Amino acid sequence: MKPSWRIQFALCALILAMPSAANAAKISELGDTNLVTQAIRFFTFQDPAVRYALLGSMLLGITCGLLGSFIVVRKMALVGDALSHAVLPGVAIGFLWNMSKDPVAIFVGATVAGLLGTVVVRLITQTTHLKEDTALGLVLASFFAVGICLLTMIQRMPTGNKSGIDKFLFGQAASIGPADLKLMAVVTLLSVVVIIVFYKEFLLTSFDSGFARAAGFPAQLIHYALMLLLAFAVVIALQAVGVVLVSAMLITPAAAAYLLTDRMSRMLWLAALFGMMAGALGAFCSFLGPNFPTGPFMVLSASAVFALAFLFAPRHGVANRWWRQRSRAQRVQRENTLKSIYHVLEARESKGEGVSLRELAERRRETVEEAARQAADLHRHELATLHEEGNLIFLTPAGWQLACAIVRNHRLWELYLTNAAQIAADHVHEDAEKIEHVLGDEVVRELERRLQYATIDPHGRPIPGFAEMQRGGNSPDQPGESIGYGKR
Amino acid sequence: MSTVESSTSTKSAASEPAPLEIHDLTVSYHNKPVLWGIDLVVPRGKLIGIIGPNGAGKSTLIKAAMGLLPLNSGWVKAFGEPLKQNLTRIGYVPQRESVDWDFPVSVMDVVLMGRYGRLGLIKRPTKQDRDIARECLDKVKMLPYANRQISNLSGGQQQRVFLARALAQESDLYFMDEPFAGVDAATEAAIVTLLQELKSKGKTLMVVHHDLPSAREYFDMLLLLNMRVVAFGPTEQVFNAELLQKTYGGRLTILSEVAEAVRQKS
Repeated sequence: MKPSWRIQFALCALILAMPSAANAAKISELGDTNLVTQAIRFFTFQDPAVRYALLGSMLLGITCGLLGSFIVVRKMALVGDALSHAVLPGVAIGFLWNMSKDPVAIFVGATVAGLLGTVVVRLITQTTHLKEDTALGLVLASFFAVGICLLTMIQRMPTGNKSGIDKFLFGQAASIGPADLKLMAVVTLLSVVVIIVFYKEFLLTSFDSGFARAAGFPAQLIHYALMLLLAFAVVIALQAVGVVLVSAMLITPAAAAYLLTDRMSRMLWLAALFGMMAGALGAFCSFLGPNFPTGPFMVLSASAVFALAFLFAPRHGVANRWWRQRSRAQRVQRENTLKSIYHVLEARESKGEGVSLRELAERRRETVEEAARQAADLHRHELATLHEEGNLIFLTPAGWQLACAIVRNHRLWELYLTNAAQIAADHVHEDAEKIEHVLGDEVVRELERRLQYATIDPHGRPIPGFAEMQRGGNSPDQPGESIGYGKR
Repeated sequence: MSTVESSTSTKSAASEPAPLEIHDLTVSYHNKPVLWGIDLVVPRGKLIGIIGPNGAGKSTLIKAAMGLLPLNSGWVKAFGEPLKQNLTRIGYVPQRESVDWDFPVSVMDVVLMGRYGRLGLIKRPTKQDRDIARECLDKVKMLPYANRQISNLSGGQQQRVFLARALAQESDLYFMDEPFAGVDAATEAAIVTLLQELKSKGKTLMVVHHDLPSAREYFDMLLLLNMRVVAFGPTEQVFNAELLQKTYGGRLTILSEVAEAVRQKS
């Protein structure tokens, strides 16, 4: 691993983490204005409240993206979900501690509640035969229910309904103050530093914890460290994203990154970037309207990134997979057309003529229109030239060679199946129809060796050899030295 | 867990102590004993096959020997010292299925993990570690795949990668959990050659194996296991109908019945 990106990463985090000192009114208290002026206010960054909201959202995006990556590759996505719901009673108790929205008290309360939730999950799985998913579901729901009850209680109190504690459910980036931002910066910095310093250990224990322990690494301790950081990440994200959706900020950016790369280091980078983008976008969107919740907008932004990755990722994306399949199907189609032209010429036993569309259509048992379409496709790929208004097909040298190769593959495979695998001659055709398109050069050489360079297939037809390939397929305008199938 | 006694190392004071010594080892899962009273002294430079029926505790034995499982009783010594002091001299090839092969790492990354134990905490692999990893990949003929993601590998190739990682550990005692499971014939032959080569360098190899006919061919010594050590000795001496019957046959059902009873009682 190059050390430079880590340093850059740490520097970026530091710069982002500088909270500005001024204290201004919360965005939500500024009253209604129209969309454009709000957008302008957002992008000029003159309002400190805007800066807090934006920086805070970006910081939480980075932290959630980084830790989420490990959650995803460790298949612990549900753990993140349960943990994020389990923190709610802690938030309420942190508030009740001194009846104010003190970031530190809430942070401590939420972290303790979250970790208590994971301990309960562990307790259930170890003492009963219930599996982890059941235990997670149980803890998630019951802790969340306790949290809702406490929250309702706070709302009923005289000071409670103005406290903004209800924002913890769906998130409001605008409620981030300088003290919150400081805490977020500390947690982000801590996560970044720990992941950089212990990258090797996190990687090893995530991939193969048995091997890690055999090599003397404290896999359990590393697991707990990760859970603690995860709890921190959830807690700093709470205020802006909300308890209900915070697990999506852990999973979605990381999942999108996972589709785009197959290296852990790059995945971490991408997930942090996506998380940051989603955070910023969510903060911006929620800023446009009065009291728009931030969480749903952030999660929607992250989901949009995921959707793009899902559709257009180079290797794992749906669009590319579809495209690859389609081009393979087209190649097979072309090769089958070439094979049919070869068959027509072979049956005719005269080597100097082109193949008419009608002959091709008859051979393939298709309409002439379909044959014309296929001939045009061959022409596009410079495998054939068309004459007499497209009614007569001549193969180019490349087309001729490919046709020979396919027929040879087919017949070699048939011969191999009948000779080596003792399969009856009338059972081998179907199989060869598929295999002819995928045999590589190496396999063909091997087949030839094993079949002692046989020249006749099980049905008594000649197997086109190398010499045959070299012979034919000149352009019809240059009759001359080389003659072969497909020549005028 | 019991503490380590110090009486054993005096016996072979002249030569190096045995790579692995296990005394009265008992391991259980959920109060059900899987291994009972295992005593074992493994000589140096041998290729040892561990065979026995399903559920005999083969994997459990090597995991317990590496300290991956809590012990009910007994102790394990490696090279005459408590396990913890010699972890870098112990190499491990886990079962192929024990990891997620879609994990976002390259073949090279996995082999480098073999170097992590020597590096210890925080330190990162150096160029030298990379060179060693590359050599190990070359030995299992996987160097051309170094930069591939591991999900594109066949079963045999995955096993080769795991072996390369173990080679990169440069250990003296190796535990391998079914390295021949689900690999192609070419890989199987390559692994056998590799194991022989390691043995000729004085390494000790303990290999969990499930195929009886090839076990006779591949290994110098066999450990016949079914909850207890049925027999441990040179292959030609222990590979006989009587002992195999004892390992695989119905003779030991009484032990598992007792085990079941113990489990229900507790």
